[in-house]
Parts: sequence; C-alpha cells; structure tokens
Amino acid sequence: MSIKYGLLALLSDADAYGYQLRSRFESATGSVWPLNIGQVYTTLARLDRDGLIEGIGTDGDGRAMYRLTNAGRTELSGWWDTPVAHADRPRDELAIKIALAITTPGVDATAILQTQRRETIRHLQDLTRVKRQSDPDDLSWRLVAESLIFAAEAEVRWLDHCEASLVRHGRTRKTKPGNTSGAADGDSVKDPQATEGTTR
Amino acid sequence: MSIEAGKHRPPEHTGQVLVLRDVVRVHGSGDAEVRALDGLTISIAAGEFVAVMGPSGSGKSTLLHLAGGLDTPTSGTVRVEGTDVGALSVSGRAALRRRHIGYVFQDFNLIPTLTAAENVALPRELDGTGRKAARTEAMAALAELEVQDLADRFPDEMSGGQQQRTAIARAIIGKRRLLLADEPTGALDSHTGEAVLEVLRGRADAGSAVVLVTHDARFAAWADRVIFLRDGTVIDTAGVDSAEELLAHSR
Repeated sequence: MSIKYGLLALLSDADAYGYQLRSRFESATGSVWPLNIGQVYTTLARLDRDGLIEGIGTDGDGRAMYRLTNAGRTELSGWWDTPVAHADRPRDELAIKIALAITTPGVDATAILQTQRRETIRHLQDLTRVKRQSDPDDLSWRLVAESLIFAAEAEVRWLDHCEASLVRHGRTRKTKPGNTSGAADGDSVKDPQATEGTTR
Repeated sequence: MSIEAGKHRPPEHTGQVLVLRDVVRVHGSGDAEVRALDGLTISIAAGEFVAVMGPSGSGKSTLLHLAGGLDTPTSGTVRVEGTDVGALSVSGRAALRRRHIGYVFQDFNLIPTLTAAENVALPRELDGTGRKAARTEAMAALAELEVQDLADRFPDEMSGGQQQRTAIARAIIGKRRLLLADEPTGALDSHTGEAVLEVLRGRADAGSAVVLVTHDARFAAWADRVIFLRDGTVIDTAGVDSAEELLAHSR
C-alpha cells in the first residue's frame, strides 16, 4: 500500500498535521496497516518537496499543517483513475516458497501446504471474529476486513489445489513405466504420497 | 493426525454429543468396493461448531449420513447423545433423528404443500406431540430464527434465505442438540449465506453441537475447528489452538 496516495487522499478532504493523518488513515482502514509516525513525516516531506502538498504554517499548538496543491490533486485523481496493477504488488512469498519446496529434494511440500493451510484458516477465523464484532454501520472498515477475508479464502482454495495437484502428479509418475527422470526430482514428487500414507 | 489424537477425549464424556470411533463405511464389494470412510475418529462436544472440508469423494457426505442416523457403519461406532446408532433398528434410528438430530440441506428440503409453521411442526407431530403444542413449538422456533411473520407462507412464497431459516427452525425444534448442515449456503448469495452462518454460530454458542460441511473456507472460518478429509480419513485439523480463545471472545 502506498502511503503517499493515502496521505494525498486524506488531505483532499481536509488540511491536517502529521499525527492527524496517521489516525485518520488507521480509522479508515481499521488499523489493518498501522503507520509509523516517522513514515508519515518522511512521506510528507517528500510530497512537499515534489510540490504535491504545501505547508500552511502551524496550528495553535505549533503543529505543522499541510494542504493539497493543484499538482497534488491531479496526481491523486490519476491514482483513483488507474487500476492497481499486479506488477505493483510485492512478490508473493508463499507461491515462491511452494514452488521451491516442490523442486528442492528432501522437502515435504505436502507438509508445508498443510501447515500453511492451518495458519491461513486460523487467520480467517480471527478476521471473521473481528468482523462479527465490528460496527455493522462502519462500511469502510467492513469492506477492508472482507477484502482480507476473501483473499485468505482464495489462498485456502489455492493451497487445496496445490495439494490435489501434487497427489495427482505423484500418481501419474508412479504409474508411468520407464520414467527416467532424475532421482532428486522423483524424491520430492513421492513425498506427498509418503506423507499421506503416514497420516492414516 | 497427532493433533486429533492429542485432543481426543473419551467418548463417555457427557459433553460429547457426537462421537465417531474407528468408523469404516464400505460401499459395494470386490472390484467395485469403495471405502467412503476409512477409520475415522472424531468427537464433537455440546457448544462446539465444527466445519468439515474436503474434495468430492473425500467422505463428507458419508460422515453426515452416519452422524444423522441415515446410514450405519461397516465397522466402528457412531454415538449420538451416548446412543450407539448402529445398534438401533430402522425405526429406532428414525426416532433418534426426530428427537436428537436436526438436518439442514443445501436445497432446504421443505415440503412445498405445507406452510412454514407446518413444515417446522412436522417432526414434533411425527413424534407424537399434539397438533396445537407442535404449532406453539414451531412458532417459537420460527421466532428464534426471526421468521415468525412468515409462519403461514408456503415455501415458494419465500426467498432462499427465508426458506433456509425455516429449514433451520425445523432442524432445531424439540431441543435437539445435534445440528448437521450439508452445504447450507450453497444456494444462497454471499450476504444471505453469512446470515445463515450467524444462525449456526448462535446455535453452537447456545449449546448445540454443530457440524457444517462446506467447500467454502470463508464459511468454515466461523467454526471453532476445521477438519480436512481426504479419502475417508482426517488429514488435518485447523483452529484447535484458538478454540479456547474463541470461547473467551464469544462470551
């Protein structure tokens, strides 16, 4: 999540000082992504330098107030108008981990999938509980929670799919006579079968 | 799985509403033999909400049929409220179902020629309760599901969500403590499905044992414990560690 656009969006609503921006950001997103106040000040300084916001002096308590400039407004509307590209999201550590688990000899990919699924279900239970306890009228926060819930659900589906694919892949390999693939490769493929056997 | 074994409580425990022990269910014989359940052991306590997930053919439906007294195991035991289901006659199992087990289906299974109240009252009437008393109980069950205003409507005059609430009212009438739900959200949109989960969660919090079969992790996450089935056996269990925490939060 880009703090830059978050701050611009908040400043388009009202002039504010750093600490206010942090609490408004967190209340809009249900404190799912807590902001470090240092990050807020660094980002404000950069936005000021780039002419997207400007300082308008201090309030009664001596806190530096900022407002959005016209350039900032243009930058912000560009953000609203542009869909979030997949390439802009961080690398998916889980997908990389599973891919490596399958190709690394001696690693039990099925065990990794099951451990991950337990963790993701636990996370989903936490999110569900938090959502049930939240104010039903707080739409903004509810939609953030649901975004996380749907993402976790998709992850469980993908983990199920990985597990089924591993089993199917293992079976295909086993029934194919004259399979001369490398031993290292064969080890990792046989693992899910072995694990499945021991859980009976 | 060691997690299951570690949490295993003796089936004699009075709090256990449903106990399956070493259950095997074989359909067919010879080359056509299918082991739908292959040594399944689970127990579900009063007040506990358990979700069962697994691909088609993993044994989910067989598990529900056995728990619901619609079928008996090839070997092993199934106990509902302490009663060995396999030792009962066909009529004994029917009586057990009417008194102790509520079943909720994906397609509601309401009788189209009966009103909501008549559908809900039916299991009580079949069990010998007088018509008037059964109607009073049905109205109370409908009120609990907040659909008492629809008591005199026929199923085709209600939305999917309203029909499912009526079906759940039918499943809980008569103080039955075992509630079995087979994909109850399958025919409902996301919001209505969630409202059904709210109801099931509420039943568990009120002391029922609830078993939910679902494909949907989002709905399974309402449960205290999520069991994963593959090839007729439990391969994994999630949510066990947070069960106590969940209880603490739900008070």
